[in-house]
Amino acid sequence: MAIRKITVDRSIIDRKANQLPGEGPEKGVLTLPGEAESERPGAGEESFITTKLDAMVNWARSNSLWPLPFGTACCAIEFMSAVSSHYDMARFGAEVVRFSPRQADMMIVAGTIVDKMAPVLRKIYDQMPEPKYVIAMGACAASGGFYRAYHVVQGIDEIVPVDIWVPGCPPTPEGLIYGILKLKEKIERGEIRR
Amino acid sequence: MSTLTRTSSLPYTGPAPTNRIAYVPAGAERIGERQDAIGAKIASPGVTPQPGQDMPTFVIERERIVEVLRSLRDDVELAFTLPLDLFAVDYPGRAEGRFELVYQLYSLKNDERVRLKVRADEQTPVPSSLGVFKGFDWFEREAWDLFGVKFEGHPNLRRILTHEAFRGHALRKDYDPARRWLLTEKDVARIEPKIAIPPEHHDFEHVTINLGPSHPATHGTLRIVATLDGETIVGADTEIGYLHRCFEKMSETHSYQQVIPFTDRLNYMSAFINNVGYAMAVEKLLGIEAPPRAQHVRLILSEFMRITDHLVSIGTNLVDMGALTNFWYLFQGREEIYQLIENCCGARILPSYARIGGLALDVPDDFLADAQRLVDRIPKHIGDVDRLVSRNRIFHERTDGIGPISQQDAIAWGFTGPCLRATGVPFDVRRATPYLGYETYDWDVPVADGGDTLARYLVRMEEMRQSLRIIQQAIDRGLPDGPIIIDDPYVALPDKERVYNEMESLIYHFKLIMHGILPPVGETYFAVEGGNGELGFYVVSDGTKNPYRVRVRPPCFAIYQAFAPMITGQTIPDAIATLGSLNIIAGELDR
Repeated sequence: MAIRKITVDRSIIDRKANQLPGEGPEKGVLTLPGEAESERPGAGEESFITTKLDAMVNWARSNSLWPLPFGTACCAIEFMSAVSSHYDMARFGAEVVRFSPRQADMMIVAGTIVDKMAPVLRKIYDQMPEPKYVIAMGACAASGGFYRAYHVVQGIDEIVPVDIWVPGCPPTPEGLIYGILKLKEKIERGEIRR
Repeated sequence: MSTLTRTSSLPYTGPAPTNRIAYVPAGAERIGERQDAIGAKIASPGVTPQPGQDMPTFVIERERIVEVLRSLRDDVELAFTLPLDLFAVDYPGRAEGRFELVYQLYSLKNDERVRLKVRADEQTPVPSSLGVFKGFDWFEREAWDLFGVKFEGHPNLRRILTHEAFRGHALRKDYDPARRWLLTEKDVARIEPKIAIPPEHHDFEHVTINLGPSHPATHGTLRIVATLDGETIVGADTEIGYLHRCFEKMSETHSYQQVIPFTDRLNYMSAFINNVGYAMAVEKLLGIEAPPRAQHVRLILSEFMRITDHLVSIGTNLVDMGALTNFWYLFQGREEIYQLIENCCGARILPSYARIGGLALDVPDDFLADAQRLVDRIPKHIGDVDRLVSRNRIFHERTDGIGPISQQDAIAWGFTGPCLRATGVPFDVRRATPYLGYETYDWDVPVADGGDTLARYLVRMEEMRQSLRIIQQAIDRGLPDGPIIIDDPYVALPDKERVYNEMESLIYHFKLIMHGILPPVGETYFAVEGGNGELGFYVVSDGTKNPYRVRVRPPCFAIYQAFAPMITGQTIPDAIATLGSLNIIAGELDR
């Protein structure tokens, strides 16, 4: 993993370079940008942030998840609750609901997947651009739920890889939001492997 | 924490379980009179009345069924014009044919039902009744798909709920409930939509587009294939079954109490109404009635559930037309109702709150106060939307005259509920055959003219207000005192405290868990007014702990089969608006 040094943007400091502290009209009243001791010309020569590019990219990805709701049943209604006024998923940066797989990176499988639907789910997953994450919302998506039946997929991990399982039948909106926060943590830690 | 209000009178001295004897429905005398009256009209060789049922019932010979259906429909006095349901029951090894096809019709004129039974076997086809009731189209396909009953003269007898790679017929008694068949991409390609294009459109170049099964405007797993000439739809076909969760097979493999959570997931917008419908069907079979307190709570929560159903229906319909703000307003009211339900039983959307014989728990002390607060607040949410939308020019342009269906067509297709009332037919199960004491409340059945998207919107808006009216009266009457569930240890579990401290209660608890509720041998049908129309449960008991057959009469199923003809000749945006206003719930459509 390459370690890059990224220097601080010094544009503010540069702009203020000719202005010495205590010479402006605000003298002794307040400290303007560029006037603090650490921002003095010369003082910032060694200041830089070191990070991994991956870590920064992961941080950015985890904070702007675009969900694709693959809603089939009851859980989809709770998903609607999670994005609507009361629970307001926008607080966690995951409210840009996109119904086109090409524009989304987080598929929320909300509801029972039956055998007739299985090829559709796989196709939509394949159409999503990398990186992509899958949340299995609710008991049916996780394991078929209490439908141990002739037409129900017994867990969507038969078809697509799953990152987060949210339990419940259906999970409460709080549960779904907790799952999304867990996914964010997972992305930030760089644990997503395909 | 609710208080323990049940006072179980143990040791129990009431009647023993009745599963050894046959089911005797209440009001047999009146049913017998009607049976004689109807029988006189259709009397002929091959028509045998079957007495002792919960509605006038006749066993018809296979070849005569179309003729009898036609005479029931065309008779001026009887006027059984509304096709309600057609399904099969499997009795393997029966001499006269293993299948029993059950036709149920409704007379809007006399507010009565009739049931016809036809014995069928695997080889000999039954004449298709499409010539008389086009509303039996999908019902016949379903009977073919799940049972393998053949229909002679059905133009499109292919699988409807299961997929193309499926082998066998899933609801037959000898089919393993967990036997799956995998569907591959190759099989999907074999599903060819059948779209008939009228000859006047043959000169133009057509584009066929596919909407769904995963599409933002379908709200669930519906698939529409439409052939377009420019922007006009010249032919359409619908494909369903993308959420077929085998409700009816699951009911046969679970005991009577265990079916209740499955009923929740039929129409998940108004789950509690399904609970109540199923519980009351089994109660009817058992010949018991829930205590007044339970009935009162059932009524209040059913009406609240109807409001949530309509809120979601209108909200999502408006989203499809670009009016997003209303969605937030309406969902706020829905959230508040869910808080009330959560206070009662701990669950929000799928409560599983009803039990056979009553309710699972007593309501909290502040139930009526909470309900009153809701009744005061919800009109604000509805009113906000009303002011934004009801006189909105754009909204009217998008809905007025869009997706219309005539009254005759709606009846012929088997419409019920708000979609039927939007064509001017004042049929409401709560009014026609009242249950839970609806007849004692002062409320109106809203109807509208035109049968278009606007009419359906207006009917739903008004129904919410009428529901609030019912709830207000129920609050004013107050909750009756007494137990929340019936005091019968063969039906209801004893209080946990008693189970820990009394021998008899422990035994009854054990018996009920291990051996289940044992209803008498027989069959019954009970219908409630669900969010989308007549939601009926047909329960067949063979005296064991699992139902022999549970058939749910899904209102969406009948409505959605008319969708393709309804949108032909319209544009795609109009089709989307129409679809939203029909409020098709996939869980109920596919079961």
